Parts: sequence; structure tokens; C-alpha cells
Amino acid sequence: MSFLSIDHFSDYKVHGAQRPDFSPYESNGGSIVAIAGDDFAVIAADTRLSSGYSIHSRTQTKLFQLSPLTVLGSTGCWCDTLSLTSLMRVRMQMYEHTHLRTMTTDAVAQMLSITMYNRRFFPYYVSNILAGIDKNGKGVVFSYDPIGHCENAKCRAGGTAGPLLQPVLDNQIQLKNMNLDEKDKPILTKERAVSVASDTFISAAERDIYTGDFVEIKIITKDGIESMTINLRKD
Amino acid sequence: MFNNGIVQPLWYNGPSPGQFYNFPGYANNGNMKQCHETNNSDSTRSTAMITTGSSVLGIKFDQGVLIAADTLVSYGSLSRFQNIDRIFKINDNIIMGGGGDFADIQSIMRSIDQKMIEDQCYADNIAMRPKALATWMTRVLYNRRSRMNPLFIDVVIGGIDENNEPYLANVDLRGRAFSDYVVSTGFARHLALPLVREKKPADRDFTLEEASELIRQCMEVLYYRDTKNSSQYTVGVCKVKDSTSNQCDVEGPFQVDEKWSFAKMVKGY
Repeated sequence: MSFLSIDHFSDYKVHGAQRPDFSPYESNGGSIVAIAGDDFAVIAADTRLSSGYSIHSRTQTKLFQLSPLTVLGSTGCWCDTLSLTSLMRVRMQMYEHTHLRTMTTDAVAQMLSITMYNRRFFPYYVSNILAGIDKNGKGVVFSYDPIGHCENAKCRAGGTAGPLLQPVLDNQIQLKNMNLDEKDKPILTKERAVSVASDTFISAAERDIYTGDFVEIKIITKDGIESMTINLRKD
Repeated sequence: MFNNGIVQPLWYNGPSPGQFYNFPGYANNGNMKQCHETNNSDSTRSTAMITTGSSVLGIKFDQGVLIAADTLVSYGSLSRFQNIDRIFKINDNIIMGGGGDFADIQSIMRSIDQKMIEDQCYADNIAMRPKALATWMTRVLYNRRSRMNPLFIDVVIGGIDENNEPYLANVDLRGRAFSDYVVSTGFARHLALPLVREKKPADRDFTLEEASELIRQCMEVLYYRDTKNSSQYTVGVCKVKDSTSNQCDVEGPFQVDEKWSFAKMVKGY
């Protein structure tokens, strides 16, 4: 009786069970800024979680501390962020149990790229920025696209206000178009990096409805991670 | 199948002899949109949801959480089941409120009930905590959305965590989850959430009295303004009993105290 399949009983087929009009993605907003210094890295993200005109939460951190020297900032589709970061945590724990040491920031950066590319044809819809201290003790920032392209950068802005913030960082941190001689360029200090990062968020909150409420800033040095929170517009 | 063109339809918009009634979500031609067009239906409900529960509202207070939902389960715009409890006691630490497709809620509740039986079988005096259930829900819902076959539900999970702190979270059909002092689904997100946020003292949590008064006010607003709400609602309460145990109850049904005296003043409709 193998010829009797559901196709022969069209009356009993429940159409729409596969729900083809469903979209698996949703933009939940948020922005990240990361700046690498000589012996430190600063990463900042706002704490607003929204979709459309609704604000779900004003206190959702988007910074994930993966190791004592590595912090991942992740925005975009929040359900993908949750899945990706918990998968990263699991894989880092497996590495720790296998090799009896914590993954370096460079290794995490590479693994994140591979983990994202694994979903090449159903991507994690996220904007990731990884900041930390590398194996030589230098501050590093890696930025990613949703399918896993990884790039080492000095400073990077991502998320909904990323395009708004990146030129500011290029100018203020990398001193682009400043017509300065090499000897006149100041060395980037921690204080300067933190103040530029918080200022960019105050500006972004003025123009981007998906960025606001609070900005959480983490300063990563070899001695540990310092955390602070600054108020942003809440409207 | 038996319609050979001779048999006339039995009544307008009804099934032909030997055929089935045209239920929502069921199309003879396999196309939901065409199904709507041939029915001349002007409703814009989602083709995927059939029996739906409306808003759920959860508020955290200093000693626990409250989760409220009305007792109506709709079938399109028909108020089909008017006395269904959408707040569930999971165990002594967890309560859950469910909105969205009620069949999907019942399906996930069967899985959760089975999990709780397994949890009790260990007889180790360790009961599941709300965060564990919320995380498990994100995995189930995320996997279903990744297979493009989602459970059309939006749930609020609350209770007391392992540090005896109140915990309140929302998980939606994609597996998006977050925790906050007030969470809501459906129309309550637009109507009730701002009312609760407005009343939140900056320096402390709500008390039980404040939280239950807010629930009462919000359910009244939802009843007046959301067409898919009924005047009857139930409230789940989960609170710390002592340092080693918690108490969860589903209270009600309560009735919104309707005031329609203003109705005769309304002109222009």
C-alpha cells in the first residue's frame, strides 16, 4: 500500500503548516563602538532592545565577556545573538577542557569567523565586534560581517548607528584628514578613548531611534576589565 | 473529491456534500491568500494563527512576580473560548503566561509538563528555576524558527531564581529572550507597558500592592481598548515564602469593574 501517501488525501492536508510567510529575522537594534589602544581596548554598546517602534527593554547588555581578556559586542537579530554567543561560550569551554588554557583573543576572533561562516546560507543576522588584548599584550579590535568576514581594525562602529559613528571614529581616533605630521599625532590614552566612545553614543542617541537609554563601556587591560555605565536619551 | 459539478453547494460559503467546512488556515488550493480572497474575507489576521490568546502582562515586585492574562481564546474575530486559563503554574518556582496560537501553547505545555514530571522523578528536592525554563524555551523556539516552522507563541516566564530573587522574562516565536521588571506581549506592549514604566520608582522595586494595583489598572485598559480582550482575567502569583521555599498560585478569575456611564456622552460614531 506504499502508493497511498498524504498526496492522495488532499482533503486531509493542512496547508500553511509550513507557514511560508514567516520571516525568521528581526532587527532588534543597538550599536557598538570598539577602540584599540596600545595596551588596552575599549568596547561600548547601548542597552536598548527594540523592534519597530517598541522598546522591549532599556537595560539589555549587548557586551558578552567571553574570557578575562576578550569581550564580544553583538547586535542585530537578538535571537541570533543569543544563539551565537552561547555557542561561542560552549566552544571556548571545550577548548579550555581540551588544551587546559583559555583561548587567546586572536583564537576567539578566528573561531567566531568560522562559527559565523558555518551558517553561510542561513546567516546569523548580527553585527559583531570583538575587542580584547592579544597574545602580545596589545589592544585589538576585530569586526565582522554577518557571514563571517573578519577584519582587524583600530577602531570600529557597528549596529544600527554604525554608519553614523564610523566617520567620527576615523577622524577622532585615527586622525584621518587632520593634516597632522606623524610627530604631532598624540598617543591615544584610555581616557581619550572612553570619552570619544561615550560622546559618539550621546550623538547617536540623538539621531538613531534604536540607540539610547544607557551606554555600557568596558575597558579591557591585561589586569582585568573595568565596567561603567553612562546615561543616554530615553525617548 | 465528490464534487462532480452536478451537486450544488449545500449553503452559501458552506461545504459541498461530502466535503469539509473551510476552516481558517485550511485552503483547498494550497494558497492562503487566495483562500481569503475567495471567501471575500476582509479580516487581516495572520494566516498562520487560528485560535489565539491575546496579551500577557508580567510585573516583578520586591518579593516575586505577577503575570496576568485574560481568559479569552479567539477564533479570528469570534470570541470562541471564553473561560480558558492562559496562566500556568509550572512548579513551586515558576509561572508562565502564554499568548499567540493557543494550540501551540498547549503543545509546548505538554512538553513542559513532561519535563516537570521528569524533574520530580529525581526526588532530589531540586526543582527547575524560571531562568532554566526560559533558556530551554529559547532553544525550542529558535530551532523551530530556524526550520521555518515556528511555534506562533509569545510567552512570559516568571518566578523565583536560585538566589531567591524574582525573575521575569519574555520569549517570542523566534527565540528572542530578555529579562526585565515588566514584560508584556501583544497589545499590552503598546497599552500596558508604558503605564507600568511610568509608575516605576527609580530607586526601588514595586511592592506587591503596587504591582497588583497596576495589573488591575492595565487589565481594565486592555479590556476597554483591545477588541480581543475579555473582562475576565486570571493572575499568576509567584513569591518567596521563606528562605527555602516559594509559592506559586494562579488566582482568579477576576472581573474588570466595567464603567460604561461615559458611553452615552460619546458622540460622532
